[in-house]
This record gives sequence, structure tokens and C-alpha cells, in this order.
Amino acid sequence: MTFWERNQLKLAPFLFLAPAILIFLIYVIYPIFDSIWVSFHEWNGMDKNGTRANGNPNWSWVGLKNYIVLFTDDEEFYVSLFNNIRWLLFSLVAIPIGLLLALFVNQRILGMRYIKSLFYFPFVINAVVIGVIFTWFYNPKYGALTYVLSLFGLDPIPVLAEEDLATYGIIIASFFPGIAYTMILYITGLTGVNREMVEAGRIDGAAGFTMLWHVILPQLKPATLIAIVVTIVGSLRSFDLIAVMTAGGPWGSSEVLAYKMYQESLFNYRMGYGAAIATILFLIMDIYIAWFLYRLFKNEKSEK
Amino acid sequence: MKKLITLIVLFASTVVSAGTLVVNSNQSGESSKAAFDAYVDAFRAAHPEVTVVVNEFEHEAYKTAIRNFLTAEAPDVAIWFAGNRMKFFVDQNLFQDVSDVWADAGLNDSMASTKGSLTVDGKQYGVPWGYYQWGVYYRKDLFDNLGLNVPKDWEEFKWVCAMLKKNGITPITIGTKYLWTAGGWFDYLNLRINGYQFHMDLTAGKVSYEDPRLDATFAAWRELIDPGYFLEDHASFSWQDAQAPQINGEAAMYLIGNFYVPTLESAGVVDKMDFFQFPTIVEGIGVAEDAPTDTMHIPSGAKNVEDAKKFLAFMSNKEAATNWATMGGMLSPNKYADKPTNRFSVMGAEMLAAADDIAQFWDRDANPDMAGAAMEGFQEFMVKPDREAKIRARLEKERARIHGAL
Repeated sequence: MTFWERNQLKLAPFLFLAPAILIFLIYVIYPIFDSIWVSFHEWNGMDKNGTRANGNPNWSWVGLKNYIVLFTDDEEFYVSLFNNIRWLLFSLVAIPIGLLLALFVNQRILGMRYIKSLFYFPFVINAVVIGVIFTWFYNPKYGALTYVLSLFGLDPIPVLAEEDLATYGIIIASFFPGIAYTMILYITGLTGVNREMVEAGRIDGAAGFTMLWHVILPQLKPATLIAIVVTIVGSLRSFDLIAVMTAGGPWGSSEVLAYKMYQESLFNYRMGYGAAIATILFLIMDIYIAWFLYRLFKNEKSEK
Repeated sequence: MKKLITLIVLFASTVVSAGTLVVNSNQSGESSKAAFDAYVDAFRAAHPEVTVVVNEFEHEAYKTAIRNFLTAEAPDVAIWFAGNRMKFFVDQNLFQDVSDVWADAGLNDSMASTKGSLTVDGKQYGVPWGYYQWGVYYRKDLFDNLGLNVPKDWEEFKWVCAMLKKNGITPITIGTKYLWTAGGWFDYLNLRINGYQFHMDLTAGKVSYEDPRLDATFAAWRELIDPGYFLEDHASFSWQDAQAPQINGEAAMYLIGNFYVPTLESAGVVDKMDFFQFPTIVEGIGVAEDAPTDTMHIPSGAKNVEDAKKFLAFMSNKEAATNWATMGGMLSPNKYADKPTNRFSVMGAEMLAAADDIAQFWDRDANPDMAGAAMEGFQEFMVKPDREAKIRARLEKERARIHGAL
């Protein structure tokens, strides 16, 4: 027997995985560490061996300076950070709405399949298109919102041009695909609900909200967990809707970390500074994901 | 065998380099592409020994791509912009000195009006191919209905605004969502109040944003903001969105560049429109105008410098220079080019010919990060004028970070 024949079974999975792992290492893992490395430098994105107009090199080691400036001398960083926290908290509202919709479309009524697909439709649309639609919706001169307000005799509200409202306006737009996604998660979860337990609950006199709270929801726990994780990660990386709807404005008040990173590195040519913001964002997500995995493994262990 | 391959490689590389001219272009719009193609074709006809290869990029994507290709895989000619945007690459030693092209092709004479914006330390680093004017595009029919005349000075301008407002018409339309339109207003107010040299010192970071001379600029701006002469909720609108009120006849004036004209034509209101120069504010201040200039440069890494210089020098060809500019809706910087026929371009050409100085535009004269921060501040000021002191302090902090303490 050759070496290959003896070890075929053991080696095959690794060989199959190799291309994917290689690509993952090159395009995901390496850039993460490279970004962290760049964040300790001042770099304008030009030739690393070149010099600037003032004689300083394009690329120079500055240690923790980028982080120090970020935390002590950049008001916009805190604006972005708080906007990220707003995104994180308020985008969770999509989850109960998704659950309600899932319960609604889960009934056996004629034509429900079509209604289901209609509700799912927003998730298939590109975020840029959703951003444009909502920008029109909010348009204080010709938008639908202005029209509705005028029916009640109210003045138009320029949602996206108000520093206190812009972020919420964009979060509401993000509900559009967000609710559709959580709805699908719950519909899948509902098909897995144990009918015997529902029957047993019914015999014990549970109905309506008590049934939902004590019998159905506990069984939907895995779906809820995934919905929360996906929504939070999605809210932390929110970028496209902001770029389309406000471009971070008015005067930077709707910026989030991902958008600020893009601005600083690609428009202001401060690659090191942008990388420092990216690293902070990475750490925030990391803490959260570590906590999540820890919870997941603990739950699995206790179930066994 | 190995020798044969080396031979073929050598041969192939000489074939490619001798007589091949690689041009990177950002002329991606329909009319601007056709205009640029006309120039390339004319050049091919005049120089059949040169094979021109054009790499076309989408206009916005080009702005980020150029930083990569100038260092990694430099073309022989790159299209770009004059002023600080050019200087940025000159400072990086990424553009070549082409003063000899200016001297040999007589550009010092024919391109005299735009020479300043292509000069760094007395040397020219590129050749202009087109520019366009800024000014006030207004609804002549609305002015006529109310018996209003074109305002010549600041008092008249404010009076016209007040009359329009009184008659239920928005005096000035603007969309500041993408900020730069606010930069145009600041440019003109500051150029008319403090003059060209002060404005250039400010964009170069040599003057504080808390300098008392800027008080008058912001105060004049406030004279339009406080009575509500600008379009309401302008921070919601892009510059295209802001066209609608004017096209619908709800707003009268728009301070914008000549690229607005094709929209007016396709919307069918061009006959109701006219143009006037931004009014004088302080008597005795030289007249300066914003006229962004688009240019060609030879990167330092160019392989075929000889033919690249021919390509730049070809701008001295009157016909080719005329076609490229006018087909793309621009003015030709070559003073021997044919006069434009479009009436807005005619007015623009006359206005710019009479101007004492030409500025590029706020975000082309100032450093990229300073320009962005400042325009954000201008937008905020236009909505919350009471925050002036806070905004100017913030901009000064940013200026000190970028350009150093004064």
C-alpha cells in the first residue's frame, strides 16, 4: 500500500478544504493583521519609501499615536461610536416585529404563500436601492412622508437633514430588510415547533399570549439567538445605507465607525488613522463574538 | 530554446515600448468620452508613428485609482485636475516637469490664462485641456415678472432676494448634501470680500480660520441665511435634487458651474434661463472667478516620455483643442481656439477673460482633508449660523493638525 492509499481518508478532507482555507488566509486573516500593523503608522497610502511635500516620509512608525488622537482629540470619533451604539440598540427592534410577521404569515390561509414572498422581498433588494427609496420617502419637498404629514396638517420633517433624527431615519430604513430576514428565521423555527407540546399546552388550558410565551418562544430560542447575532453584527458594519442616504451628514452627525474609517482612509488619505478605527471596530465585534461563542458552547454543554 | 524565448521576449517588449503611448483617462461620460476620442483621433492622424492606447476609468473611481497606478504601473499620460490636486502629486514626485513642452509648443502664450494653476515653484507640471465658469444661473422669466434687474452689487443682490422672497419664490436654490455646493458659496463670498490672495493663503493653510478678516465673509453669508433666502432643508438635497425647484419655477437663482446647462436643455427650460456674474461686495477688490481646470500630466514613471510630450504639445493644435473642449461642454484654455457658440459658454468665456484671477474651486484648491472638514463646517453654518464660533474653532484645530501651527 502506498502512502496515499493508507492515509487517503485522513488527508482527503484537508485537501478539499485547502483551497478555501488558503483564500480565507490571504483575503481575510492576512488583511486583519496587516490593518492592525498599519494602524501603528502614519501613512498617506502612497509609496511607502517616498517622502511628502514637507520632507517627512510617506510611511512612518508612530506607535499608539493614532489611538491616542482618536480617543482624546477627535469629537467625530465619539459621535460615530455613539451612533454605532444607537444602531446596535435600535436595530434589535426588528426582531420582535419579524416574529409577529412570522406568526402572522404562518397561518394556513389561501394565498399566504404570495404574501410571505412579498414580505420577504425587501431582503432580496440591494441596500443601495433601499437607501435611495427611503431618501425619496423622506424628501421634505416631494416625499411620501411629507405628504402624509400634510394630511394631518403637519409641517414637513427633513429627517435626513436634522442632526438629531438622521441616524434614526437610516435605522428605520434598515428595518426594511432586517425585519424580512428575522421573519424568515422565525418561519423556519416555527416549522420545527413540536406539535405534541402545543397539544399538551392546549389541554392544560394555554392559549394566545400564554401559549406564545411559555410554549412557542422557548422552542424558538435558537432562531432568536441567530437573529440577535446577525442583527447586531449587521448594525455594527452598517455603511451602505449611510453612504447612500446622508453621506454621514448633516455635518458628520450620522457617521458610524465603518463610515468614518472609509472617509479617513480613502478621502483624507490617513491610512494609519483609518486602520486604527478599523481595529477598534474589530475589537468591539470581537468582544461580542467571543461572548456569543462562549454562551453557545456553554448552552450546548448543559444540554448534553 | 531558452535563448529563443529571451529573444522573443526582448523583441516583443521593444515592439510594445517603441511608439506605444498609454493614456489613462477619466472621461467616462457620454459627451466627454466622445470629445476626448476626437482629440485622440486627431492626434493619431497627425502622428501616425505613435500607437495610442487609452485606458478609460469611471470618473469617480479614477480619483482613487490614480494613486495606485501612478506608483505601481504608471501610464505615459494621465488626465487630472489643476491646483492643489495636481500639487499633491507633484510633491510626491509623481508628475514630471513639462516646462519644456510649454516653451516649445508656445503654450506660454496660448495658455497664459491658466498657467498659474499648473505652476509649482516656477515650473509647469501639466497642460490644461478644458475649464468652465461658475456663476449665478437664474430664471429670467421670474425676474421679468417682478421687474427685477440683474444685481450688480451686494445691496442689489440682497434686495432682489428680498423681493423674490416677498413674492413667494425661493430666492436661491442649493443642495448641500454632498457639501461642495456650500464650498462654492464660501469661495465667492470670500473672494469678493477678502480677495484672491487672502483666499489662496487660506486654502494653502497659511491663515487661521479664526482670523478676524473672515468675520465679514461669514457675516455676509448670514445676511442671506437669517432671512431664509436659501432653499429650505438644503442639507437633504444633492445638487441634482436642488435643480427641481428652479426648473419648476419655484426658485430663482442657483450658484453653480456651467455643467448645469445640459440639464436645463433637456428639461426644456433653457430659454427661460440666463446667467450673471457673482456680484461685487467690496469695491476695489480684484475680480476673481472659480473656473475649475482639467488637465493632462506625464507621470514620473512614464516609459514613453517623448511621445507623451507630443501628446501634451498637441494642445497647441487649435482645432483639436477646440473640439475637445466644446464637445464636452467646456471652454478651451487655448486662447486661439474657436470661440464657443453656446450662449452660456460665450458669457463664461468673456467673464473669465476679463477676470483678474482664477481660482480652481474650494475642494481643488485646499488639501483634501481640510477641504472636507471645512465644507462640513460651511454646511453646518448654513443651517445653524449661531454656531459660527464653535465651527471656526474646530476648523482651526483641523488646519493646525494638517498644516502646522502658524
